[in-house]
Amino acid sequence: MSELHVGLRNITLGFGDQLRLDIPSLDLAPICSTMILGPNGAGKSLLLRVMHGLSQPDTGTVRFPKEYGNRSQQAMVFQRPVLLRRTALANISFALKVRGHNSQEAGRIATTWMVRAALDHLVNVPARRLSGGEQQRLCLARALALEPKILFLDEPCASLDPNAIVAVEALVQDAIDLGVKVIMVTHDPAQAQRLGSEIVLMHQGRIVAQQTKMDFFNFPQNDLVSSFLAGKPLLSHIKE
Amino acid sequence: MQDFTESFWSSLTLIFTGDAELWSIVILSLQVSLMAVALAALMGVPTGALLAVGKFRGRQGIIIFVNSLMGLPPVVVGLCVYLMLSSAGPLGVLDLLYTPTAMIIAQTILITPIIAALSRETIQAVHEEYRDQFTSLCLNNWQRLQALLWEARFSLLTALLAGFGRAIAEVGAVMIVGGNINHLTRVMTTSIALETSKGNLSVALALGTILVLIAILVNAALAVVGTRRREAMHV
Repeated sequence: MSELHVGLRNITLGFGDQLRLDIPSLDLAPICSTMILGPNGAGKSLLLRVMHGLSQPDTGTVRFPKEYGNRSQQAMVFQRPVLLRRTALANISFALKVRGHNSQEAGRIATTWMVRAALDHLVNVPARRLSGGEQQRLCLARALALEPKILFLDEPCASLDPNAIVAVEALVQDAIDLGVKVIMVTHDPAQAQRLGSEIVLMHQGRIVAQQTKMDFFNFPQNDLVSSFLAGKPLLSHIKE
Repeated sequence: MQDFTESFWSSLTLIFTGDAELWSIVILSLQVSLMAVALAALMGVPTGALLAVGKFRGRQGIIIFVNSLMGLPPVVVGLCVYLMLSSAGPLGVLDLLYTPTAMIIAQTILITPIIAALSRETIQAVHEEYRDQFTSLCLNNWQRLQALLWEARFSLLTALLAGFGRAIAEVGAVMIVGGNINHLTRVMTTSIALETSKGNLSVALALGTILVLIAILVNAALAVVGTRRREAMHV
């Protein structure tokens, strides 16, 4: 395995007698954005949690390039915004102070990110009073303020309206342009096409396709990809 | 009915003329119960936090035990503290029986489980909400605890007020360990019991009125805390 890849080997994770993740091998290149697509219950979010260390697999290992390996080099934005009962600005500066910045420095960096996320007019508003889209942008700004090498995004645009989606995607694109490795879960192929370089399709806890964006949308690797792109339900297609 | 009306009016006179003896009883009651709440908070909140976020064997058993202690009968607590502090008891040398300190000890024992159990429930709910985010942000245990206590601050205040309500209204335990000694350990509840048995209904009613007012104030404070929390969307 190349040292430059995020590599997963022999990952299994089950709840009861149901295997929710079964990934013998998966390598993700660190220098592009990876979109993890799949229907509900495919194991996308679980895979993200395993990679970020929030869930422990029953077997197998996740290996990162040396400089990306520590969780402090990573950040994650969840499907539902998780915000502290503080002001919007305080949410970002809290994360920065946890990572060792002093109050003054944290305040300065947090203000910069509020501006970049176009939230500067909401600095002193309690974070939980923001709209859904603003809350998710705040979560993204908080994650990016930590200058992560890898950014995990778990369907950050679920339940957002088109305007809010555009704003969130702009921030994600900024991160990609800055060289952050973005690994994002989405069930929306159009979003994957807009933001991804590499696409991974999951179904029933397994990786059923991994292609570049160009190939995924133009030369589907298998019938499952075609069915998924055609919007058809993926039944138990997996050959044992 | 005539008796009640007369007693009620004379009780109001006692309250509004600032009867020194009456108010000294009220002040002692507040001192004892507030001190008990402070001590119970110092022990109960960390215990609740530990039970909320800790992972250790027997945690569930301890939670059940603490929850069941919420219903401790005050007279039993009073009896146990009495046995500990009486001259024949292990802490008899401290000579604390029939002092306000003994009353504070009894009330503290009574309300610490309440504050611990309510804190545990509150902090656990907040922890479940933030667990993944805090892990992702790499908070150490100390940072995590600080953040959880701060995020749960409104609900923790509710727990403290609930404890205070229980302490100030309690009669059995303080009667046993305090002895209801005039100018020394006489608090509102013990005084009401005594004055009623003496037939001195106006004093009993005056104290009862103040006690009810305090209960209303505590509940009003709870409502204000709840409203402020909702207003700020800090739910």
